[in-house]
Amino acid sequence: MKEIRKLRRFQAPVWSEPVVMEMGGPGERGILVPESEDEIKATVGEAESYIPRQMRRQAPPKLPELSQPQVLRHYLHLSQQNLGMEENIEIGTGTATMKYSPKVNEMLVRLPQVTEVHPLQNEQTIQGILEIVYQLDMFLREISGLDRFTFQPSGGSLATFTNACLFRAYHGSRGELPQRDEVITTIFSHPCNAATARAAGFKVITLMPDENGYPDAEALKSACSERTAGLMITNPEDTGIFNPKVKTFTETVHAVGGLCFYDQANANGLLGITRAKEAGFDACHFNLHKTFSSPHGSFGPGCAGYGVSEELSKFLPVPVVTFDEEAYHLDYARPHSIGRVREFFGNIPAVVRAYAWIRSLGAEGLLESSRVAVINNNYLSKLLLEIPGVVRHYDENEFRLELTRFSWEKLKEDTGCGTDDVRRRMTDYGLQGHFMSHHPWIVPEPFTPEPCETYSKEDIDYFAAVLKQISHEAYTNPELVRTAPHNATTHKPDSAPLNDPKKWAMTWRAYVRK
Amino acid sequence: MKRLGFIVNPLAGIGGRVGLKGSDGQEIVDKALRLGAVAESPRKAVETLKELLTIRDQFELITYPYDMGENEAKACGLDPKVIGTIKKGRTTAKDTRQAAKDMLDLKVDLLLFAGGDGTARDVFIAIGNGIPAIGTPAGVKIHSSVFATNPRNAGIIASSYLVGDVSSVRLCEGEVMDISEQAFREDRLEARLYGYLKVPCVRELLQDVKGMTHPEEGMAQDALARDVLDIMEDDVLYIIGPGSTTRWVMDRLGLRNTLLGVDAIYNRELVGSDLSEADLLKLMRGRKTKIIVTVIGRQGFLFGRGNQQISPEIIRRVGKENIIVLATKEKIVGLGASRLLVDTGDPQVDQMLHGYIRVMTGFGERMILRVAS
Repeated sequence: MKEIRKLRRFQAPVWSEPVVMEMGGPGERGILVPESEDEIKATVGEAESYIPRQMRRQAPPKLPELSQPQVLRHYLHLSQQNLGMEENIEIGTGTATMKYSPKVNEMLVRLPQVTEVHPLQNEQTIQGILEIVYQLDMFLREISGLDRFTFQPSGGSLATFTNACLFRAYHGSRGELPQRDEVITTIFSHPCNAATARAAGFKVITLMPDENGYPDAEALKSACSERTAGLMITNPEDTGIFNPKVKTFTETVHAVGGLCFYDQANANGLLGITRAKEAGFDACHFNLHKTFSSPHGSFGPGCAGYGVSEELSKFLPVPVVTFDEEAYHLDYARPHSIGRVREFFGNIPAVVRAYAWIRSLGAEGLLESSRVAVINNNYLSKLLLEIPGVVRHYDENEFRLELTRFSWEKLKEDTGCGTDDVRRRMTDYGLQGHFMSHHPWIVPEPFTPEPCETYSKEDIDYFAAVLKQISHEAYTNPELVRTAPHNATTHKPDSAPLNDPKKWAMTWRAYVRK
Repeated sequence: MKRLGFIVNPLAGIGGRVGLKGSDGQEIVDKALRLGAVAESPRKAVETLKELLTIRDQFELITYPYDMGENEAKACGLDPKVIGTIKKGRTTAKDTRQAAKDMLDLKVDLLLFAGGDGTARDVFIAIGNGIPAIGTPAGVKIHSSVFATNPRNAGIIASSYLVGDVSSVRLCEGEVMDISEQAFREDRLEARLYGYLKVPCVRELLQDVKGMTHPEEGMAQDALARDVLDIMEDDVLYIIGPGSTTRWVMDRLGLRNTLLGVDAIYNRELVGSDLSEADLLKLMRGRKTKIIVTVIGRQGFLFGRGNQQISPEIIRRVGKENIIVLATKEKIVGLGASRLLVDTGDPQVDQMLHGYIRVMTGFGERMILRVAS
């Protein structure tokens, strides 16, 4: 490990800004719209007269009234108070693959050919966009071994929901849906697999890990029956442990007539190494905003490529982009389709970025990126396991794939400072707090870093050095860690109201009411 | 100002280091002292109190004399209000009960006690559901789900509860369990569920307080009960095992429930309360029967702990496929190991139950767990 001489001293700005709803004053405006000329008024009348009386507002909407500089200042302040992925070494947020998005790709998605097209345009006029969609489909076919992809789901959970709907359509088409009402998953798979299977009306059976951290193969056998609709799992799981027996899992499920779905939202350790098809899966998905470099977007520009085998492709959402050797088409005439899961063709900018990223790397580049991600992770593991207070469960699995779930259990026992305290303290060193775990916590006091190929050895050394320093602080001055953060925009928030629906306010109106 | 009641069982844990498997009863305490045992609990109680020093101005500490709390509090530099009278030197279970009763009468906001399962039982006898409590683990036997994982965490829970908005902190039910020390010394494990204490659930520390009901668990248990009702068949006798999870099924049906005993229902009507093995066998005659049981928090026992009325004979007749196991996901995760245990007293029946079993964990949610002995 490179000796880190000095940790960064970080101080976040604190603007103590009210929310925008409380700013400005009556009559303040960003843009003053000029009065219409008399001649126009005389010709067309008052604009208001065009709106039927019963549809007119009685009172103007209660919107904030501000000038342009005020608005600009406000949002710049907010952005400064943010600790974004491109400002810090975001190794902590594992499972989410915080990968650098090359800036040249941002130039591509800002081209008018992307921004100025309308999804209802005639398909002949958007051949370029359709070609990119089709080509990315071909790339993902090669990467997964499956036969056709859609990019309509706008995120991982929507892809797993799409899959659950496909399970339903498949068994329905065979007249077996009433009987096949159970989907099997594992506790270390992303919880959206269980949640979306439930939302699609299935019962969910969850498998627990065996003593070595693998999903229990015998439990799977006991779970499988003529009621099994399918299996929905991740591999490697949240622990970073790759299940080498995954083929026997898919065989067990196929033997009772179930389908197998491979949640590959994060496939960052697998590109060019293993494929869904060879592991026996009928369907899979990739989050373009994780593995394929498009930025994560807080419900914005996320996008999942969801792919299936030939047998299942007739159930895919419409429209499907097809190619007849002359032109690209939007195929809506698919009678077995589950319908739409999102408007139009999904988030095209994410598709463009993923396409450009794959084109820039090529097959060797993809393989290289996965190899670097795995090496980075195992190097970081070595550094972290030397830090007092850090432990790793299922330790007989010496090497993990692209991420590892660790535990601050020992630190908590020794000092009273747990994973939540450490993650708050990380902010004081200019690092985004680490991701702990999906729920429920099987590994106590968990944290899950993922040093994907974006990060250099120096970055990884720095990240480990910060955690080492925080561990040292916990052993020598636990109060400092427990009351952290000290240099961030906000201090330790009270998390209790998060559990109390009476205190929730999703809108300004709800906030005022409560 | 909030008031914290504080009771130390100064003899808790004294039998542990000298291999006596417990500290219940005068004879054992004497033996432990002769073997040179040193009381562990005062030291652990001090560790807990230290966590409260930073908020010392925000609550009043009320405790019992000498080593039942006063000494420990003063050792930390706290200035407690001392109530009650005890004989200096040797305290008994009666003193613990009296002290807890006094705290209940004073309606303290929270009762913090240091001890083991025996102490938790005494506290439960005295306060029942009256006031919230949290335990500092200082005894030899810690099977109850009313203790923090370590003394320091007990202090952190107490501190969060006292300085937070008490009305917004949810209280959960923690099981008060105890095992017979006599049997334990003879290498048998006989555990009983004595009841439930109200325990504050502090979100960040839930992971620590394993086996305890999760704050949202009321909802989860109710959803689970609805699912059970959906699959309940007519003309089948349902034997309802003890515990707070199965109680939700009875609540949903509007039937009276025996928390620590076994009830039976038939066509959604109660046909027997707090039944013995003989009562159950009589009810089963000529009726298809299913058993609804829950898992004992933290230990993972399915049969043989607290539900011995459901005897090996009954289990054999009902058959493994007719056993419906209920436990919320949090409870299963809190077991720490993904297996359930059986100790029915009949090795053949234990054998029959071995292998994998489905556990209903929520509405439309199941887990597969291994059953072992």
